[in-house]
Amino acid sequence: MSDYLLEVTDLVKHFPITQGVILQRQVGAVHAVDGVNLGVRQGETLGLVGETGCGKSTTARVMMRLLDATSGTIRFEGEDITHTKGERLKALRRDMQLIFQDPYSSLNPRKTVGSIIAEPFAIHDLLKGKGERKAKVQQLMDRVGLNPEHYNRYPHEFSGGQRQRIGVARAIALEPKLIVADEPVSALDVSIQAQVLNLLRDLQRDMGLTLVFIAHDLSVVRHMCNRVAVMYLGSVVETADSDVLYSQPRHPYTGALLSAVPVADAHAAGSRKRQILQGDVPSPSNPPPACRFHTRCPKAQPICREDTPALTPKDGGSLAACHFPLTDAEIAAQIPGLAV
Amino acid sequence: MTPLLEIDDLRVEFATEDGVVHAVDGVSLAVEEGKTLGVVGESGSGKSVTGLTVMGLTRGRSATISGQARLDGNDLITMSDRDLRGVRGNDIAMIFQDPLSSLHPFYTVGKQLVEAYQTHNPRAGKGESRDRAAEMLTLVGIPDPASRLDSYPHEFSGGMRQRAMIAMALINEPRLLIADEPTTALDVTVQAQILELIQRLQADLRMAVIMVTHDLGVIAELADDVAVMYAGRIVERGPKRAIFDAPEHPYTWGLLRSIPRLTAPRDEPLVPIPGRPPSLINRPGGCHFHPRCPYVRPAHRETDPRLVPVGGDAGHQVACLLAEETRQRLWGELRSGALPEQARADVLEPEGEVTP
Amino acid sequence: MGRYIIRRVLWVVLLLFIVSAVTFVIFYTLPSADPAALRAGKSPSPQLIAQIRHTLGLDKSVPEQYWIYMKKLVLHFDFGYSFQDSQPVRTEILSRLPATISLTIGAVVVWLLVGLPIGVISAIRSRSFFDRVSMGGALLAISAPVYWLGLVGLYLFSNDIGIVKIFDGAGTYTGITDNVGRWFGSLLLPWLVLAASFAAFYARLLRSNLIEVMSEDYIRTARAKGLPERRVIWRHGMRSAITPIVTILGLDIGILLGGAILTEDVFNIPGVGHLAYEGIINADLPVIQGTVLFGAFFIVVANLIVDIGYAFLDPRVRYS
Repeated sequence: MSDYLLEVTDLVKHFPITQGVILQRQVGAVHAVDGVNLGVRQGETLGLVGETGCGKSTTARVMMRLLDATSGTIRFEGEDITHTKGERLKALRRDMQLIFQDPYSSLNPRKTVGSIIAEPFAIHDLLKGKGERKAKVQQLMDRVGLNPEHYNRYPHEFSGGQRQRIGVARAIALEPKLIVADEPVSALDVSIQAQVLNLLRDLQRDMGLTLVFIAHDLSVVRHMCNRVAVMYLGSVVETADSDVLYSQPRHPYTGALLSAVPVADAHAAGSRKRQILQGDVPSPSNPPPACRFHTRCPKAQPICREDTPALTPKDGGSLAACHFPLTDAEIAAQIPGLAV
Repeated sequence: MTPLLEIDDLRVEFATEDGVVHAVDGVSLAVEEGKTLGVVGESGSGKSVTGLTVMGLTRGRSATISGQARLDGNDLITMSDRDLRGVRGNDIAMIFQDPLSSLHPFYTVGKQLVEAYQTHNPRAGKGESRDRAAEMLTLVGIPDPASRLDSYPHEFSGGMRQRAMIAMALINEPRLLIADEPTTALDVTVQAQILELIQRLQADLRMAVIMVTHDLGVIAELADDVAVMYAGRIVERGPKRAIFDAPEHPYTWGLLRSIPRLTAPRDEPLVPIPGRPPSLINRPGGCHFHPRCPYVRPAHRETDPRLVPVGGDAGHQVACLLAEETRQRLWGELRSGALPEQARADVLEPEGEVTP
Repeated sequence: MGRYIIRRVLWVVLLLFIVSAVTFVIFYTLPSADPAALRAGKSPSPQLIAQIRHTLGLDKSVPEQYWIYMKKLVLHFDFGYSFQDSQPVRTEILSRLPATISLTIGAVVVWLLVGLPIGVISAIRSRSFFDRVSMGGALLAISAPVYWLGLVGLYLFSNDIGIVKIFDGAGTYTGITDNVGRWFGSLLLPWLVLAASFAAFYARLLRSNLIEVMSEDYIRTARAKGLPERRVIWRHGMRSAITPIVTILGLDIGILLGGAILTEDVFNIPGVGHLAYEGIINADLPVIQGTVLFGAFFIVVANLIVDIGYAFLDPRVRYS
C-alpha cells in the first residue's frame, strides 16, 4: 500500500500504425509511453517535463483513463482502475480533471460560459435545485477571477487568459482530488501566465488539490512543482524533488535541458558552457534499443546500447536511469548558477 | 558611428472592419553593424509589424505607413517597390517563427534556396546556384547537403527546417537579419542549437541581427541592446545590462517580476501585471500602459510620454512620466522583494500624490 | 506504389460488380414499363408479349438473368442486345462514344479557359468591382439548370429557330471524321452551355483557394526573399491553389464521359448519354446496364488516376 494518490506501474501505451483497405493489419507502433513508473502523492504538485514526443501528455491521459493503457497498472487511492468501465469510471471522473493547453479550441464556441462551467453538474446529475447551478457557477467564476455577470457570454468574447480561467473553473467545479494541467500557460502571453499560475497555486492551497503539471518550460515547472519527472521518448529518465533536480541533476538529458534554457538574467548568460545536444529526437515508432538517449548522449558507452538502465537512486537524492550519471564537476560546468 | 539601420518615428495603421488598428505608434530604433538588437514585447506590442514594415511586407491597400527606416541613408519606407525588392532577401533578410509553414511544401529545399540566390544574382547558372545552396546548408550545420537539396520541407525535422530557413535567408550575405520569434515553435534543446547557430553566423558574416521575441531569456542570451515595446510604442530601450539590472519602466519591471527564473529562488512569488494587453483600435489615452500600471497618476491618462535619457546616459532611454528619482526608488523596493502595492505606498504616498 | 495501384484496381472490379447488381435490382424492383410490351408495338396480343418475353429471356428468374448477363460480360465482353432493337449494346455504346468525348473535351477546354483566369483575377483583386460582378455572375451560372440554359441558348442563338442566328441548332451534330467544320460548328453552343456552370464553379473555387493560399506563411517568405509579385502569385500561390482543382477536374471529366444526358438531349447529340436516356424510356435493361457500367467505369478510373496523380502534385502525400 503506497501513499500515492495516483500511481502507474510499468505503463505502456502504443498507438498502432495500420495498413490495409478493408482489413487493417498492424505494421508498427508509435511507442508513446514505454514502461513508465510514476506516482503522485496527495497534496503535491508533480511536474512532468520533456520535449515533443516524450509522451508526457499521453502518460497523463492514460493515467486519467482518457485513453486505455496497452499494458501496465493504474491505481487511484489504492484501487486498480486500469480496466474500470461504466458507472464506476464515470464516478472516478469527478475526482480527476484536466485543464487543456489551448484556450481557443478547448471551449465549445456555441455554448455560453455559464453552460460550459455548469456542464459537469449536468453530467453527474448534481445541483438540480432551481437556480442552484447558476449560483454555484457564478461562485466558481468569481473564484477564478472572472466577472460572474458575464455568465451568458460566449468564449470568443473573452481573452486567452480569461478563457483559460474558464477552463480552470470547469475543472474545479466538482471539487476533484486531482487535476492534470496540460501545458496550461504555454499559449498565453507572458504577463498573463503569472496570473494563471498564481491562480492555480491559490486553488491548490485552498482546495487541497493534487496537481500534475505538464510543461516544457523548465523555469515554470521549477516554480510550480515540488517534485519533477523528466521524460524522454516514452520513459521517465529522472525524477527528483525540485530542489534536487535543478541543482544536482544526474541524468545527462536533464543536464542538457537545464543547460539549454535561456535565463532572463544578464549575468547568467554566457557564464556557462552550454551542453548542446547534437541531432534530433529519434522517432517514437522506432526508438533506439536499451537506453533511448544513447544516440545523443555525450557520455554514451557501448553498454548503453545493450543494457537498459533502471531508475535508481543517485547522489543527491534523485532517481535517474543512467549508467554514467553526471558528476558534480560536469553539473557545475553546464548549468547556470542556481539559487536554491 | 552611423547605425546600419535607423528607424525614425515609424507609424503603421491598418484599416479593418472593426476600426483602425494602430499597430506601430511612433517607433524609433537604431541597429549597429554587427550587433544584436533585441525587441521584446507581447502580442499586440507591434514588434513583428515593425520588422515586417522595414522589409516592406506590410505595404498594401489597407495600410497607412509613415516615418522613415534608413538603411545606409536610403529610406526604405518611401523606396519604390522595385528598389525595395532589390533590398529584400539581399541586404536585409527575415526568418519567421514556424519553419514548416514558412517553406513552400511543394518545392524541394534546394529549389527554394536556388530561387533566393537567383533572384538577386540573375546571371548565376544552375550549377553555381546549387553549389552555393549546398555551401549554405553546410554552413548551417545540415549534414549531407547534396542530397538534402532534393528533400522536401516536410522531410526535415523542426530544427533542421529552421536551419534551412536560415540558410535561405543568408544565402545573399545580408547585412541585417530580422529574426521574428525564430525559436518559439521549437523544443528547448533545439532552440539552444539554433540560437548558437545565429550567434556563430553573425560573428562569421559580421551581420547585424534584430531578434524579435517575447522571451526575455533569449534576449538575455543574445542581445547587445534591448528595446521593450508595448501597444505599438517603445517604452524603454538601452544596453542589455541596463535593462535587466536597472530597468526604469513599470512594464519592464512587471515583465521581469512575473517570469520564473532559474537563477532566482524557487519560491520567489510571481508578480503578475494586472489586466490585459489593450485593444489597438481603442487605445487608452496618454500613456498606453496606464490602466495596468500600479503607479499611475491622473496626468498619465492625458499626456503621451516621450523617450528621455536616463541619468544622463543617452544610451538608456525610457518613456515614463514618473520622475527619475521616483522610479529608481520604486525599483529599489521591488528588487528587494516588495510587492507593487507596497512599493507604491512607500514611495508615492509620502510624496503627497493621491493614488486614484 | 505498385501495390497500392493493384489494390485500387481490384477495388475497381469489385465496385463494377456491385454497380451492376444494384442496377439489376433497381430495374426489377422499381415500377417501370414492361420491355416486352414496349417492344411488341401497338395493341399486341398476350401471346405475342409472352413470346417476346421468352425471346428476351425475361421469363427466367432475376438471379438467373443476372448470372447469364454477368457470364457473357466477363467471359466475352458481351453487353447483350438491346430489348428494343436487338442491336449489340457494346456496338451501340462504342459508336456513340466519340460524340460524348467530343462534347466533354470541348466543354473542358472552354471552362478552363474562361473559369481559371476569372478565378485568378478575382482573387488578386478581391472585393473589387470585377470580383463582385464575376462572382455574382458565377452564382447565376451555377444556379441555372443546364437544360434550361440549353433551351434558352437555342431559343436565342440557334441558326434555325433563334432570334440572333449565330450557332448551329440542335440535331446538327456531325462526326469529326465526316466534316470537321460542321462538327465544330454543331458543338459550339453545346460546349458553351455545358461549360457555363463548370466555369463558374471553377472560378469560385480557384478564387477561394488562391485567396486562402496567398495568406499562408510561405507566401510571406517568398516576398521576403525579394521575389517579384508576379512570381509569388504564379509559382508559389497558384502552384498550391491549383492542386485541388486538378483533382476535381479529373473527377468531372470522368463523370461527363459517362454521358451528359441533359445536354445531349437538348441538343440532340447522339452520345452515350442520349443512349442511356433512350434506354430508360424504353425500359431497355441491357442498354441501361451497359451505359451505367460504362459511366461507372469512367468515374472509378478517373478517381484512381486523380488519386495517383495527387501524389505527384503534393509531395507530402505518398502511398506506401
